[in-house]
Amino acid sequence: MNVRDKEQQVATAGTTTRRMTMIQALRSAMDIMLERDPNVVIFGQDVGYFGGVFRCTEGLQAKYGKSRVFDAPISEGGIVGTAIGMAAYGLRPVVEVQFADYFYPASDQIVSEAARMRYRSAGDFTSPLTIRMPCGGGIYGGQTHSQSPEALFTHVCGLRTVMPSNPYDAKGLLISCIENDDPVIFLEPKRIYNGPFDGYPDRPLVPWSAHPMGEVPEGYYTVPLESAKVFRPGKDLTVITYGTMVYVSEAAAREAGVDAEIIDLRSLWPMDLPTVVESVKKTGRCVVVHEATRTSGFGAELVSLVQENCFYHLEAPIERVAGWDTPYPHAQEWAYFPGPARVAAAMKRAMEN
Amino acid sequence: MNTMSQSKPLHLHVPEPSGRPGRETDFSYLHTSPAGAVRRPPVDSTPADTSDLAYGLVRVLDDDGRAVGPWAMPIDKEILRKGLRAMLKTRAYDARMLIAQRQKKISFYMQCLGEEAIATAHALALEEGDMCFPTYRQQGLLLSRDDIPMVDMICQLMSNERDPLKGRQLPVMYSYKRAGFFTISGNLATQFIQAVGWAMASAIKNDTKIASAWIGDGATAEADFHTALTFAHVYRAPVILNVVNNQWAISTFQAIAGGEATTFAARGVGCGIASLRVDGNDFLAVYAASRWAAERARSNLGPTLIEWVTYRGGPHSTSDDPSRYRPADDWSHFPLGDPVTRLKQHLVSIGAWSDEEHVATQKEFETEVGAALKEAERFGSLAEGRMADAASMFEDVYKEMPEHLRRQREQMLREKS
Repeated sequence: MNVRDKEQQVATAGTTTRRMTMIQALRSAMDIMLERDPNVVIFGQDVGYFGGVFRCTEGLQAKYGKSRVFDAPISEGGIVGTAIGMAAYGLRPVVEVQFADYFYPASDQIVSEAARMRYRSAGDFTSPLTIRMPCGGGIYGGQTHSQSPEALFTHVCGLRTVMPSNPYDAKGLLISCIENDDPVIFLEPKRIYNGPFDGYPDRPLVPWSAHPMGEVPEGYYTVPLESAKVFRPGKDLTVITYGTMVYVSEAAAREAGVDAEIIDLRSLWPMDLPTVVESVKKTGRCVVVHEATRTSGFGAELVSLVQENCFYHLEAPIERVAGWDTPYPHAQEWAYFPGPARVAAAMKRAMEN
Repeated sequence: MNTMSQSKPLHLHVPEPSGRPGRETDFSYLHTSPAGAVRRPPVDSTPADTSDLAYGLVRVLDDDGRAVGPWAMPIDKEILRKGLRAMLKTRAYDARMLIAQRQKKISFYMQCLGEEAIATAHALALEEGDMCFPTYRQQGLLLSRDDIPMVDMICQLMSNERDPLKGRQLPVMYSYKRAGFFTISGNLATQFIQAVGWAMASAIKNDTKIASAWIGDGATAEADFHTALTFAHVYRAPVILNVVNNQWAISTFQAIAGGEATTFAARGVGCGIASLRVDGNDFLAVYAASRWAAERARSNLGPTLIEWVTYRGGPHSTSDDPSRYRPADDWSHFPLGDPVTRLKQHLVSIGAWSDEEHVATQKEFETEVGAALKEAERFGSLAEGRMADAASMFEDVYKEMPEHLRRQREQMLREKS
């Protein structure tokens, strides 16, 4: 049984809640922010009339009009570049890059412009924008619809990088990101848009409607940035992960018979280091799990931070489970994906020492 | 089937300027028109109706300094005098800052010699609240204003204790939101699409402000330029898209950016944008074309692309030596002349200026710039180590300083002491 954190209990107490998929939760966040803040605008490829290829913005153009929610040309550099100009004017743009795999043409605008606007102008101009992008595999998307490029963003000073793992967090985090005055990369693990995924593609999907984390307040609430969540408390070892891998790690712990404490980072960078350090000091063992490729992945930073902060509490070498250092293959997807077996093997290695 | 024997081997075309060190430039490639020869269409013309203007050259001042033709609009003499003063101020500022760089008072400088008319006349044609997204050669936008203290600008150049940008940017990368001057990037072309976004925001908010985007001929080859044209056209953004064609991008001739046998203005027409090709050394033409474009933008008629034909009179920057790649005296042969001389000639001919006033004004600005430099030096310089303190480098990365930056700042202070 998953543990819902205190803030969720507080937020849902006395408010109307509804079961939502992550898509519905994200849409609800954007709906609320369009309603609350006249400076919020939403645009991207297919997001206007059609409502987005994943339907996240469905109905928003009809509700708020074409000047608040609109379609953009197929140009990620143009989408982010215009969003930066709008943010400099005083708007709070929320733009969608249709797949994280497509953000590369916008790199210059994200890295050299949005991330450094406040710094280079000493606060004269700022870039309060949110760039949403579906990421991750498990949908047979091949190498152009499956990537997890979070490390390319966490390496950039001035950016915030966020990845939710459930509908409740997705909505609360997206509202926090839109309200935040820094540029935010909001990565959406598309494999869990409709339900949690434990890494077994042949098993039937558990929809969010049948999952407690699918219970989402209908109104406004926020989930704070730089705040990790203990997704599952445990005492044998600490798993540091985020996104889809939260559920894969949960399944792996069950199979390995390990009482794992699973930490869902939620905010990748800047991150909540104290929660991680406290957990690793308690368990003395650590497994870092992500779907992105291994070398120079964000896991390398996490391993380093744990080593720097918890060295004398460690009982075993830190384990790292990640995607292989290959492009994301189409047909061999499940050999590539770091599923429960690989995570369980790492947990067992961590317990052996 | 074609017979292969008739085909000649292919060869790659790599454009070359006609002039090189020791070989005079043949400027006939510019395709200029006589002053007054190009028509002035109504501001509500369709983009396609401006096709001829994208290949012609809008000019107002003739060789005798007379304002002629349909683009010669009535302009208050005071505006023209203000314009000439702004050009002289800009030129005096550049000349003194060049020397300051040689004296190692500043680390780097970029002048706009020969291009002064473009930014100064354009600035006078815009309204308060409009936003320019400049490159590093539009200091004239700031120097044509009275509300930006020159001392402030020089403190930026010196990266000293009073540098408004706290030493974070190379000299000349100013930022003055209150003067409608967007922070200069240094990565070329990025600001062009941002200007379109700013203009879209103004339209979204039913505001009356317009944006003005700036780019050089060289950087039009970047994707951001083409993206900006697409977005500006699609959303009919209230923006002026300025391409300053000064013929050279460091050592690269404008033909390498795609200017050979076509014009940069023609790019606009191809994207469905009203486009003008204008003599950038003709203050009156710059003012008239800027007003035409601004009126279009402010009337919801959409963007205008303007190619300003000019010549980079000086080196790219203080790190450049143009005599290695172009004739050293190239600028003196440039057929569109010197913008200062041309406006002066016009003002003298209409009795609004005199040689004496010219010399006196030059002296006035030399004195003003000299005094401002001296004042700025009171606040130190990069060379003497008087600048924003090192710990300030951790500020403004985020709005609130995250924990990891606090730790790094503490470490820096600890390990330095």
